[in-house]
Amino acid sequence: MEKTPLDRQAMCNRLAMEFQDGWVVNLGIGMPTLCSNYDFGDKQIIFHSENGVIGYGPLAAEGEEDLHLVNASSQYVTIATGAAIVHHADSFAIIRGGHLDATVLGAYEVAENGDFANYKTAGRKGGGIGGAMDLAVGAKQVFIAMEHSTREGEPRLLQRCNLPVTAVSVVTKVVTTLGLFEVTPEGFKLMEIAPSFTTDDVQAQTGATLIIPDNLVEFNA
Amino acid sequence: MKNKVYSSFDEAVAGIPDGATIMFPGFGPPGIPRNLIAALIRQGAKDLIGICNNHGALGNLMDVGRLIETERVVKWVCAFTAAPHPSRKLAFEGLYEEGKIEAELVPQGTLAERIRAGGAGIGAFYTPTGVGTEVAEGKEHREIDGRMHILEYPLKADYALIRARRADKMGNLQYRLSQRNFNPLMAQAATTTIVEVEEDILEPGQIDPDQVHTPCIFVDRMVRIPPAPEGIWDAPTRT
Repeated sequence: MEKTPLDRQAMCNRLAMEFQDGWVVNLGIGMPTLCSNYDFGDKQIIFHSENGVIGYGPLAAEGEEDLHLVNASSQYVTIATGAAIVHHADSFAIIRGGHLDATVLGAYEVAENGDFANYKTAGRKGGGIGGAMDLAVGAKQVFIAMEHSTREGEPRLLQRCNLPVTAVSVVTKVVTTLGLFEVTPEGFKLMEIAPSFTTDDVQAQTGATLIIPDNLVEFNA
Repeated sequence: MKNKVYSSFDEAVAGIPDGATIMFPGFGPPGIPRNLIAALIRQGAKDLIGICNNHGALGNLMDVGRLIETERVVKWVCAFTAAPHPSRKLAFEGLYEEGKIEAELVPQGTLAERIRAGGAGIGAFYTPTGVGTEVAEGKEHREIDGRMHILEYPLKADYALIRARRADKMGNLQYRLSQRNFNPLMAQAATTTIVEVEEDILEPGQIDPDQVHTPCIFVDRMVRIPPAPEGIWDAPTRT
């Protein structure tokens, strides 16, 4: 049977399902922005962006961009009803001050102790920290969305990060192309597994020992 | 009333000397002082130190990337010393790797707060951001309320180049939506603040005091952006 990894939208939908009514959420650059495509139904989610936008909506239609309004990925977005604007220091006061319920970030590596690395790759002098270090220490929940393995097939879920870390002991949940994982004091716990994959498949592509609970279910998003 | 309204960008940046430290706001396209950057490039000051969230963006729009390309910058303080993806490298990265420009990589919230502190007369502050990372190396650590923090120092500048939506002749400013970003912080942290203004400059009193984002006391020079092509205006960009 053909084994199909999860697609990016399904991965982000699964994290978006964790958002509770009234949460203030910051979505990182790249894949995490897909979380805003999820249908939240009656739940009100306030999307915060580093540039001081508290409450933005879907991407602006082509030709209808407001040239004074972008999200953290520099995409032209719409403003949500009831939005507010603050300057950059106040925006990071929201982040650092513990007023964000969750952030969703991309990463190169996540360690079983909750460390993660997402700003600097091996062999490059420079790095792109952006708001990631502040989000990581400030948000109540730090969710990571990433491919399960590198292009070369190396695992990204590890005992300890090889790359310079963005923050230590902060990650609470990780969604990858193979499933949903919780970071527990004992290590990575596989909560939901991608259809058609076995726990042996997932363990073989993971650089840390997985905890497989009795109540493991198929990935559902 | 002291005249703060200048007739051209070239006149407004004329006195910026070699070696000046300059703050450049902007986050994505909104809030970038594109006309003042273009004038600064024409003006030719060199050995500059820049403080800016990024080091430019892909595309042809005027921004700090164009200034860095002139190799008149010796140091850049920013939250990105590499592009998020290696395929999107800008001139800065090559210069940095060759050692032709020095850089200080700062987490974005720490950058904003250091600038805020610079304008607010704060000597230094402790933050949990960066603890346990390369950013914390060599910095003073202190446990406060059970949590480790690192000590960060303020940033000030000789000049801030600002872009605002609206201004009055006294120099009171308003920004629109996410154009605000670093603008108010930088206007406050610089000795001399120069502003490019998108709308006709108003008479004093025409901006409601409750709606002023940057008070006039932080503003020294202003220039109204002329219509294109003389003035540089944003056009939609897709990333």
